[in-house]
Amino acid sequence: MELFLILRFQKMTAPGATLKLSLDINKIREDFPILSREVNGKPLIYFDSASTAQKPQVVIDSLTNFYTYQNANVHRGVHTLSQEITVAYENARVTIQRHLNAAHPHEIIFTKGATESINLVAHSFGKKYIQKGDEIIISEMEHHSNILPWQQACEEKGAILKVIPMNDSGELMLDEFKKLLSPKTKIIAVTHISNTLGTINPIKEIIELAHRNNTPILIDGAQAVSHTLVDVQSLDADFYCFSGHKLFGPTGVGILYGKEKYLNEMPPYQVGGGTIKTVTFQKTEYADLPLKFEAGTPHIAGGIALAEAINYVNHLGLDNIAVYENSLLEYATIELNKIEGLRIIGNAKHKTSVISFVVEGLHPFDVGTILDQLGIAVRTGHHCTQPIMQHYGIQGTVRVSFAFYNTKDEINTFIKGLERAIKMLK
Amino acid sequence: MFDDWSDKYEYLIDLGKSLPKLDDMNKTDDKLIKGCQSKVWMHSELVDGKVIYTADSDAIITKGMVALMVRVLSNQSPDEVIDSKLDFVEKIGLTKHLSPTRSNGLLSMIKQMKLDALAYKQLKS
Repeated sequence: MELFLILRFQKMTAPGATLKLSLDINKIREDFPILSREVNGKPLIYFDSASTAQKPQVVIDSLTNFYTYQNANVHRGVHTLSQEITVAYENARVTIQRHLNAAHPHEIIFTKGATESINLVAHSFGKKYIQKGDEIIISEMEHHSNILPWQQACEEKGAILKVIPMNDSGELMLDEFKKLLSPKTKIIAVTHISNTLGTINPIKEIIELAHRNNTPILIDGAQAVSHTLVDVQSLDADFYCFSGHKLFGPTGVGILYGKEKYLNEMPPYQVGGGTIKTVTFQKTEYADLPLKFEAGTPHIAGGIALAEAINYVNHLGLDNIAVYENSLLEYATIELNKIEGLRIIGNAKHKTSVISFVVEGLHPFDVGTILDQLGIAVRTGHHCTQPIMQHYGIQGTVRVSFAFYNTKDEINTFIKGLERAIKMLK
Repeated sequence: MFDDWSDKYEYLIDLGKSLPKLDDMNKTDDKLIKGCQSKVWMHSELVDGKVIYTADSDAIITKGMVALMVRVLSNQSPDEVIDSKLDFVEKIGLTKHLSPTRSNGLLSMIKQMKLDALAYKQLKS
């Protein structure tokens, strides 16, 4: 009866409510061995999950287990180890397919990360579909990894890069976006959630607008997948990408989801072993999806551990995670706004648990250095989003980013530390 | 030498605040040593066979480190600058500021100081 009530309460509760019933944070923190570390003689307070997330024991164990008991190459062998590991790797692909609700496992391509996924699309889609005079649309709040590949594609093909502007709250201006769309728009690339501003973009609406213009769209989900469930079919995204290490999985592995109608038509990106059906010096016939885009031996351990990370997160429930993180976001925002001379950069109506701020007269690097002495890990600088910095006329920000293993107590310690840093530096 | 980290950083911050500001005339792009986050400008001159450095940074703690480097390296012959080991940095526990992360203009500045000294040495000969 109690469980039923909890579940019903969860369904009724609007996002933004404080609901800790369903997540036992102290128990969850025990799953993350690194959180018991000390840094500079102080307990680690890790507020940099937007840069890379920490790993639960099951993910660490999966990696160790692979190299201890399972290691063999995939797709290539006839012996038992290679067959077992191929099954495990392909099962991981299916786990990821189900997690994104993709229609087919072969629409899930393993890459090195979101950056490589975007480069793959820019290169391969660009090669086939983009001509001189065509247009590519991105947004002002993109991470460099979702700017540079398109900039390069434009330079190579003589295409034009257009940019959806954002307002000072850090929200994309959709009316301006509509004006940018034209018959020459060949592809659009927009971030789901901004790593610097925390803004959650209305991507369903953006995708609809793109499709009304008959333009495919890539969504950069690097920041999103740790905070929200993503249903690529419901969104009708043409491409969606993310990095494993931001989803509590290992570094060096990531995912590109693409609708098979596009992936089938796109030429291979990197070529080499595993991407072929037949090879002669005259001609090579390429493999079917997904192997066409998976040259060489992949990060097998990484793919399998990523599936473990997804299972772990689904066990907690991303809805529960979102509600909890929202409570941290609200609390930290209130506390930060009390500090004199502090300005939060990015005040969108819909945000995830990422807060960038500046303190008047202080260089973010100095603030971050003092906080580090107190064991508090934040990120400072331009966060690979120099256009955002240019928008606000600043050099950089201090950024705190929370995950479900952070606590209100940690935020309190951080606020006190920040006040101390300000006192020392002014 | 520093037991408490805050003493160490207070010292650096005070050093940084006391470093004379580099003339705007010398805060040009060609004097800029690019780190990802904190900017460092460094200017050098050869006066009576000694290399004189003046420098500045937009981040206070970096400025403190810059002041320390200038104090140690300035007003020496080019050879003395080139040969200096800078292991005092480790002794006072500030090595991490010399780590080659993208954020660090400081490491690049030290390299540039030594390069300038080398250039002056070659000019002399």
